[in-house]
Amino acid sequence: MADDYILQVKDLKKYFPIKGGMLSRVVGQVKAVDGVTFNLGRGQTMGLVGESGCGKTTTGRVILRLYKEKTAGDILFEGKEVYDLNAKQLRELRTQMQIIFQDPFSSLSPRLPVGEIIGEAVREHGLVSKEEYSDYVDKVMDDCGLMPYQKERYPHEFSGGQRQRICIARALALNPKFVVCDEPVSALDVSIQAQIINLLKELQEKRGLTYLFISHDLSVVEHISDMVGVMYLGNLVEYGKKEDIFDHPAHPYTKALFSAIPIPDPGSKMNRIVLEGSIPSPANPPSGCKFHTRCKNCMKKCKEEAPVQKEIAPGHYVVCHLYDS
Amino acid sequence: MAKKREDGYLSGREARRIQKENRRIINEFEKKRKRKNVPESEYLTTMHDPGNAVEFDDLHTFFFTDSGTVHSVDGVTFSVPIGKTVGVVGESGCGKSVTSLSLMQLVQRPQGQIVSGEIRLNLGNKAYEISKVPQEKMQTIRGNVVSMIFQEPMTSLNPVFRIGDQVDEVIALHDGEGKSKEEIKQRTIEALEMVGIANSEGVYRMYPHELSGGMRQRVMIAMSLACNPKVIIADEPTTALDVTIQAQILDLLRNLKDRINSSIMLITHDLGVIAEMADYVVVMYAGRVVEQGTAEDIFYHPAHPYTMGLMASKPVVGKHVEQLYSIPGKVPNPVNMPDYCYFRDRCEMCVKECSGAYPHMISLSDTHKVSCYRFLEEHRKDAENPEKMPSAVREMMEAMKRLHEDNDSVKAEEGEV
Repeated sequence: MADDYILQVKDLKKYFPIKGGMLSRVVGQVKAVDGVTFNLGRGQTMGLVGESGCGKTTTGRVILRLYKEKTAGDILFEGKEVYDLNAKQLRELRTQMQIIFQDPFSSLSPRLPVGEIIGEAVREHGLVSKEEYSDYVDKVMDDCGLMPYQKERYPHEFSGGQRQRICIARALALNPKFVVCDEPVSALDVSIQAQIINLLKELQEKRGLTYLFISHDLSVVEHISDMVGVMYLGNLVEYGKKEDIFDHPAHPYTKALFSAIPIPDPGSKMNRIVLEGSIPSPANPPSGCKFHTRCKNCMKKCKEEAPVQKEIAPGHYVVCHLYDS
Repeated sequence: MAKKREDGYLSGREARRIQKENRRIINEFEKKRKRKNVPESEYLTTMHDPGNAVEFDDLHTFFFTDSGTVHSVDGVTFSVPIGKTVGVVGESGCGKSVTSLSLMQLVQRPQGQIVSGEIRLNLGNKAYEISKVPQEKMQTIRGNVVSMIFQEPMTSLNPVFRIGDQVDEVIALHDGEGKSKEEIKQRTIEALEMVGIANSEGVYRMYPHELSGGMRQRVMIAMSLACNPKVIIADEPTTALDVTIQAQILDLLRNLKDRINSSIMLITHDLGVIAEMADYVVVMYAGRVVEQGTAEDIFYHPAHPYTMGLMASKPVVGKHVEQLYSIPGKVPNPVNMPDYCYFRDRCEMCVKECSGAYPHMISLSDTHKVSCYRFLEEHRKDAENPEKMPSAVREMMEAMKRLHEDNDSVKAEEGEV
């Protein structure tokens, strides 16, 4: 049922060139995203987790075509390849895909009043008529928990949580179908975090939004997501329903990652799998399975051959030689 | 401009009056501080309990700003026992960092001053009253007795000096008397090895940008542990790090603490980290301690509505709730604190006494203290009755209990195996 998916990503790759030498020739490549495959159903939330530098954010940005080109793979948004669109079609698409950035302190222009920040794109795309414009902005602000009288204020007059609300209002003003949330709550305090997460969930129900929720905070991802994908060094190593991933993690990296989550229960004795060493450089990734340098189940095959994605249970995919048969 | 007055608008005359008043107060404090040759007897004191490494006693640290006095730390009392870890939790701006900076005498001067109260530091054979210790003496305490691990490993290291030079400097400054350069280098390499840096000779010659976040944090820890301090202040040591690296760093801190038998004051807003590391927990809100106790007290029997709210608002893996609880309202303006309980306006469990003066600490057990009127004798029954709590909080408490029982059963199973 391919029609059910709002977004299909197949074997997506994005390499960044490393320039060096006198003529700044390309001397190498940083493999930021190196094989990501998933499907995202309409109205669902996909959580993307992983360590910093594993390519979560790049994945989000490539999908939105915020880079000029991708290296390989397909991104089908509502059945259409995002990178094949011409300028006019792309402009139309922009209203349907939006992004909420991580840092509410640097992603808002300090020189624009809030009403303008939220309404600029609405006017630019001509979504509503001139007469309705002001009311429309008021309504969006109201939906996101901002007071319409704050329209004339500037971002510095707001606290962190409110700024994040402005970012959300800016993204939702265009009435998108799909929103990439790039660590929307990482910079916020716990109690404000809860407000923003509740707001995101409420808006999803009201407007039928689809989220790609990028975060390194596993507990937040567990709370908000329907699907979860785990990334390691540019690869999506495991993906499936939230319940499958959290209750029956299959990939050794997922297991290690989940065992590292601190649980607020002083009595719990954790049998933690501590990963030795640090994440290898994406410019020079290890051969075979990229995780084999830190994996405790490493076999000979892992060093030589890169594993492919396998379905170990309905809707639960994993990239690991342990599940070859 | 009648509307703006509520937003903290000040007339020019008012602002000048505040500035003048501030200057007078600050000058007084600064004069006291700048005296030379202060006799030791002036800042010598005795610990109330010799088993404590640090005792904060009714500490007040204020910031005298142009728009009014900010009561950052407003009567904080707790102690850090020797060899134990004390976790300090609270939202940003609640004064947890300022409390620790007061202990280091690193509060931003001249506007920030320790106004009253005592910080008693145990030096083994004697004890010092930190707020009265003169500057040159303080330099022998910082690094040697008390040291700090800062929050941002990315910005706390100097980018233009090699790692080795930066750690060398700490050792040379605090513990370097009569040591040659070679000996100091040896100490640095030992310190780097102690924090689990395998290639310590190589890292000694590297610049900070060549290291990853986790490695930089290890260097920061090596630096603060280089002189075997008795008290380590860890100010959000893992906030900027990934979970896997966080797990490594927490393990490391725990092992090192046991090895050099020091106390840790762990400042964080992550309750998970606190549960894992801390023996005692102090919950702060708007410059005051609202609840303190052992980790078991706080996590299994949270008493203050703020502590409960904090726990209910954090999503936890394995704790399934429909909607996260969020504490209504926001922190009161630090310049104009109300004269009743600071949490009253956000509290859903108020009793009639809440409109009165700020509540005193009430002991619930030998270790567990809370500053809330709900625990007066006549309300005690209601306070412990889950029926009277907001539904989200009740849900949270039940979820926590389930989680705890799950963990217990897992442990029991392992025991049988």
